[in-house]
Amino acid sequence: MTDLEDFRQQTRQWLEENCPKSMRTPMRSEADACWGGRNAKFISEDQKNWLDAMAAKGWTAPEWPREYGGGGLDKDQAKILKSEMARIKARPPLQSFGVWMLGPALLKFGSEEQKKRFLPPIVRGEIRWCQGYSEPGAGSDLASLQTKCEDKGDHFLINGQKIWTSYADQSDWIFCLVRTNREAPKHLGISFVLFDMASPGVSTKPITLISGKSPFCETFFDNVKVPKENLVGTLDRGWDIAKYLLTHEREMIGGSGGSSSASRSLGEIAVLALGANENGELIDTSLRSKIASAEMDGWAFLLTMERAKDEAKAGQGVGARSSMLKYYGTELNKRRFELMMASKGLSALQWEGEASKDGQLARQWLRTKGNSIEGGTSEVQLNIISKRILGLPDPKVV
Amino acid sequence: MALIYTEEQEMLRDAAKGFLSDAAPVSAFRALRDNGDALGWSRDLWAQMAEMGWAGILVEEQFGGLDFGLGGAALILEEMGRNLTASPFLSSSVIAATALRGASEDTKSNWLPKLAKGEAVIALALEEGVKHDPSAVSMSAEKSGNGYRLNGQKSYVFEGLQADGLLVLARTGGQAKDVDGLSLFMLDANANGIVSEQIKLLDSRNYANISFDNVEVSGGDLIGEEGAGLSMLEPALNAGRIGLSAEMLGASLACFETSIAYLKERKQFGQIIGSFQGLQHRAAHLYSELELVRSAVLKAAQDFENAPEHAAMIASLAKAKSGEVAILAANEGVQMLGGIGMTDELDMGLYMKRIRAAQELLGDGWFHSNRFARFRGF
Repeated sequence: MTDLEDFRQQTRQWLEENCPKSMRTPMRSEADACWGGRNAKFISEDQKNWLDAMAAKGWTAPEWPREYGGGGLDKDQAKILKSEMARIKARPPLQSFGVWMLGPALLKFGSEEQKKRFLPPIVRGEIRWCQGYSEPGAGSDLASLQTKCEDKGDHFLINGQKIWTSYADQSDWIFCLVRTNREAPKHLGISFVLFDMASPGVSTKPITLISGKSPFCETFFDNVKVPKENLVGTLDRGWDIAKYLLTHEREMIGGSGGSSSASRSLGEIAVLALGANENGELIDTSLRSKIASAEMDGWAFLLTMERAKDEAKAGQGVGARSSMLKYYGTELNKRRFELMMASKGLSALQWEGEASKDGQLARQWLRTKGNSIEGGTSEVQLNIISKRILGLPDPKVV
Repeated sequence: MALIYTEEQEMLRDAAKGFLSDAAPVSAFRALRDNGDALGWSRDLWAQMAEMGWAGILVEEQFGGLDFGLGGAALILEEMGRNLTASPFLSSSVIAATALRGASEDTKSNWLPKLAKGEAVIALALEEGVKHDPSAVSMSAEKSGNGYRLNGQKSYVFEGLQADGLLVLARTGGQAKDVDGLSLFMLDANANGIVSEQIKLLDSRNYANISFDNVEVSGGDLIGEEGAGLSMLEPALNAGRIGLSAEMLGASLACFETSIAYLKERKQFGQIIGSFQGLQHRAAHLYSELELVRSAVLKAAQDFENAPEHAAMIASLAKAKSGEVAILAANEGVQMLGGIGMTDELDMGLYMKRIRAAQELLGDGWFHSNRFARFRGF
């Protein structure tokens, strides 16, 4: 107990000395985020110093082992670091698919050499990673992916196309699912490989969404040569790694559905926009009851996230529950944005101009429509719940 | 505080599960109904529950109770909901025991030991209209000597028939719908001028309409200050709402588990119907909703004990959410079972009826979503 208290004191003091003042203000927009990488553009000297200081401690990946550049903290210490950063409103020093996704996969499935080679640059924010999963013909049925990876003796040769690759146009390396075996059942012919996006034959093209500009890209591979030591895990068994990572991703996306008790409620937003009667109740009574229902579900959902965490800590609970959280959270988020749009009426339709921050609300509303598609559609999550939690038999596929 | 059950609560739940599924399963309730039992519950069974300490679960130890907390009571009610167990537990041990916390020492020592032993059953005589509305009280309590004289009607009093004591909310000032001017009294149900009349509702439980004709009560029977009855009653109402939420969660789970079992067994078109996606997705959706209900009920019971400032809001959340999902669970249950789900021989209909009643008691989903919205400032 006192060890943890010491750790808290030391962490607090270190943050006080090393977190620049300008990094203790809320990020104004996506442009303030730091993603690192070979071509990193820092918005200020402070942002760079903050990343370097945190990276030197390994605190951009607090729980990774020290030998791979991580912070080597245990769960309790990591929690303290998080709460001390929140206390001074410190910005995250680094946003990184390397930290969130590839790292955990390498720690579990990578060789010693791969861990030593790839993890430390992730911690330092030197290499920016993207994820090559979906293909034009492989969305919900991800395991039917066709990007071809041939064994050419001293190297692999990759041909095919990925889609929905977030930030592919700005990333340095990709972790990618490829087909290495066309004879085996579809789940047993997939491999997980890493390669440099600067390799000859790689090209990218950004995708514009209904909400406007997006981080998503199409990514093309035309005779890309990949060293064989860049295969992670066993040949043809990449699906195990993919599944492991999808669970991670689901948990990240599902978290968007709740409304925190601290933030302004949907109801209050509607009252500001539309007005209240003498009792302070929203004047539009049918909208009010719909908002109340969404708000209550938001609370109950947040409580369920909390309970899932507490149960996991106590060694109880069901693993496949991340599917339930992903399903419910994203559907709820869509409901919330529908009501937000209704509350703001015609003004919510604004698409350009300073008053609406270039249609921020309308674009966010449109963007939420993708929440129940990305990371496994709602329908796929319901399939997973049916099968893994309820034990219902597989539907007959026609 | 972690949002999970404590070890003591888990033990209590296991005990309740074992006892109720053994001694008070749905078939026991069905027998009470078929025999037209006016009391609607079994005195023998209630005595056994009291023996285990359940009757006094919320009563302080000095009056012979367990003082175990609402979290435990909610777990018992969940199991009662699962088994459709009829008993005066909600009325007497949850609502009345909570309301009596604010009573004088005399009133407490008069009633609580009997209540904790299960020897006295107390019902709440509150409603006068067809929708729950604690301030819509016209029943009068006029000053009379050192006490009061009560006149009026109360309707849909659950466990009101053959009750030993009655908690009565009556008007000592103001007019119907005024929040002020209401006072809470603890009455002997056998006092002169009280007449109870049985009403039969769809869930075959114990309900009564009760009339009060010049009923004399002493000043000592007043709970709390004159005119402050509604705020005295508020915690008891919230405890009751959380209790009903827990009961509906248990009943919903019973509907859900029965439906899933049937989906795994029934064959049509040469296949198990549980392999049809049209049914799978509805089942998976219901599963998700039930997870939310459990979180809300658990949190409501925790906050009732530990964070009274949030208790009312979370109680409304729990009551509204559990009611909505319980109706879904019962409707899906009948639909998934198909024709046999409509028959009286199966239990699904019994659950549907009890859920309909539990949803209406102490405020339905609209009442509570309205109340939640007010707490949230819109």
